[in-house]
Amino acid sequence: MSKIPSYEITPYSTYLNRRKFIKIASAISIGSSLSLAVKALHSDDKFKFSNQLEEGDELNTFEEISTYNNFYEFGVDKSDPSEKSDKFNSKPWSIKIEGLVSKPFIIHLEDLLQKISIEDRVYRLRCVEGWSMVIPWQGFPLSKLIELSQPLNSAKFIQFETVFRPEEMPGQTKRILPWPYVEGLRMDEAMHPLTILSTGLYGHNLLNQNGAPLRLVVPWKYGFKSIKSIVAIRFVDRQPSATWSMVTPSEYGFYSNVNNRVHHPRWTQGTERRIGEFLRRPTLMFNGYESKVAHLYKEMDLNKFY
Amino acid sequence: MISSRLINKNKPVVLILLLLPSFIWIGMFLKGSLGVNPIDILMDKLGEMALRLLILVLVVSSLSKIIFLRSLQNLRRLIGLVTFYYIFLHLTCYVFLDHFFNFLFILKDVVKRPFITYGFLSFVLLIPLVFTSTNNMLKKLTFKVWKKIHYLIYLVTVLVLLHFYLLTKADKTEPLIYVVIVTFLFFFRIFIKFFTRRSVLR
Repeated sequence: MSKIPSYEITPYSTYLNRRKFIKIASAISIGSSLSLAVKALHSDDKFKFSNQLEEGDELNTFEEISTYNNFYEFGVDKSDPSEKSDKFNSKPWSIKIEGLVSKPFIIHLEDLLQKISIEDRVYRLRCVEGWSMVIPWQGFPLSKLIELSQPLNSAKFIQFETVFRPEEMPGQTKRILPWPYVEGLRMDEAMHPLTILSTGLYGHNLLNQNGAPLRLVVPWKYGFKSIKSIVAIRFVDRQPSATWSMVTPSEYGFYSNVNNRVHHPRWTQGTERRIGEFLRRPTLMFNGYESKVAHLYKEMDLNKFY
Repeated sequence: MISSRLINKNKPVVLILLLLPSFIWIGMFLKGSLGVNPIDILMDKLGEMALRLLILVLVVSSLSKIIFLRSLQNLRRLIGLVTFYYIFLHLTCYVFLDHFFNFLFILKDVVKRPFITYGFLSFVLLIPLVFTSTNNMLKKLTFKVWKKIHYLIYLVTVLVLLHFYLLTKADKTEPLIYVVIVTFLFFFRIFIKFFTRRSVLR
C-alpha cells in the first residue's frame, strides 16, 4: 500500500487547531457571527466518525477530500475547485422550494438549520471515473426538508439546481456543460434515510470546493448525482433532466446507481482506486449499500435504467 | 541555414532536455508530491508529453522540407525514439501502477474500451518503427521499404488523437487544438508536395 507520505499531509489535529484559531480570530474581530452559530452545530469529534466506519474502510484525510474534486463550475481539473473557488461567497444563502408543493417558498439556510438537527454520516463516495473516498459528512436527511416542503401527491420526482454565478465560478464562463447544473431523484430515492443534504464534513462547514453551503449526498449513486451548492429544489411529476445524462445520454443515465454490470466506454466500473491506496478494489453493487437500497429497484431492469 | 554539425553536436542536450520531464515527474511521484491520486496524474502527464513529442516529430519533419532548415531532419529519429519512451512509460503506468499486472482485466479493457484499443494499437504500431530506426536497418531494408514502414507514423498520430479525444470527459478543447495542429501540418505537407518548386524545398 503506497500512502501519501505523512509529511505531505497536515496532521488532522493541526488542521483542527488551525480552524479553531480562525474561529477564535473571527470571533474576536467580527464579534457575533451567524457562521459561528452554524459551525457550532458541527461536531469535531473524529472518534465519532471512526465509529461509523464499515469494515475495510478508512477515513480519507481532509486534505484528500478538499483538494481532489470534480466541480466543473470552477474548472475541469481536479485541483481547480480548491484553487479557483476563493471568490465564491456562500453567505447568505437561500433555497427556492417550488413546483408541486402546497405553497412555494424561499427558505434561508440559517432558518432551515434551526428546524433540523445535524447528524454525522460516514459514507463511501464512488466517482464514475473509477476512484473513491470515505467521507465523514455532517448533514440531515433530505426527507426532513421534503416534509417541510409539503409536496403534493402528484410530485413523483425532485429536481435540484446548482447556483449560477459565472462571476464567482470561473468554469461557468465556459460552455463546458449547460449551466446551471441540474440533478434529480425519484421521490422514494429522495425520501430514503441514506439520502442527505450535507452542510459540512470533518466537523466544519463545507468548503467551496465541496459544494458549500449545501449539497446532496446519495452514497449508492455515482458522485455526480450528489449535486453541489443547491439553490433550488423543484417537485415535479415527470423524470426531470439531469446534466450529465442530458449531455451524454449513452454514458450516463438518470439513475446512475453504482453498478459494475453497466459498462462505461471510458472507465471500468468493476474496480476502483480508493484515494490513498495503491491497489484497486472491487466496486460493490450500489457502492456497498445494496441491502439498504436494492428494494427501490426491485422490478427494474438496471441495464436499461442505468 | 542551420548546419548539420550544429544539430549533431547538440543532440545530447536535446536528448537530456526531452527526457528531463519524465525524471522530474517520476521523482515527484516517488516523493509523493503529485497530489492525492498520483497514478492518474503521472499517467496523464506522460501521455500528454508523448502526444506533444509525436506532433514535434511531425513539425520537425515538415520544417526540414524547407531548404535552410534541412538539417533538422537529423533530430527526427531522436525525438521519435523519445516519443516511444514516453508512450512506453505511459503504458507501464497503466499496466503496472493502475492495474498491477491484472492482465485478464487489461485484455478486456483493451477490447471493450475504444480509447484503450486505439492507445494500445498506437504502441504496437510504433514497435516496427523503433526496430527499423538504426542506420543498419535502413540500409538493409532499402530506403523505399523503410519509408513505407515509417509512414505508419501518420496512422499512429490519428490513433493517438482519437485516444485522447475519446478519453476526454467534457471539455474537448484540448484534444481539438491538437487535431487542428495536425490538420494544419497535413495540409502543409500536401502543399509542399504538389505546389512548390524543388529549388526552395527539398
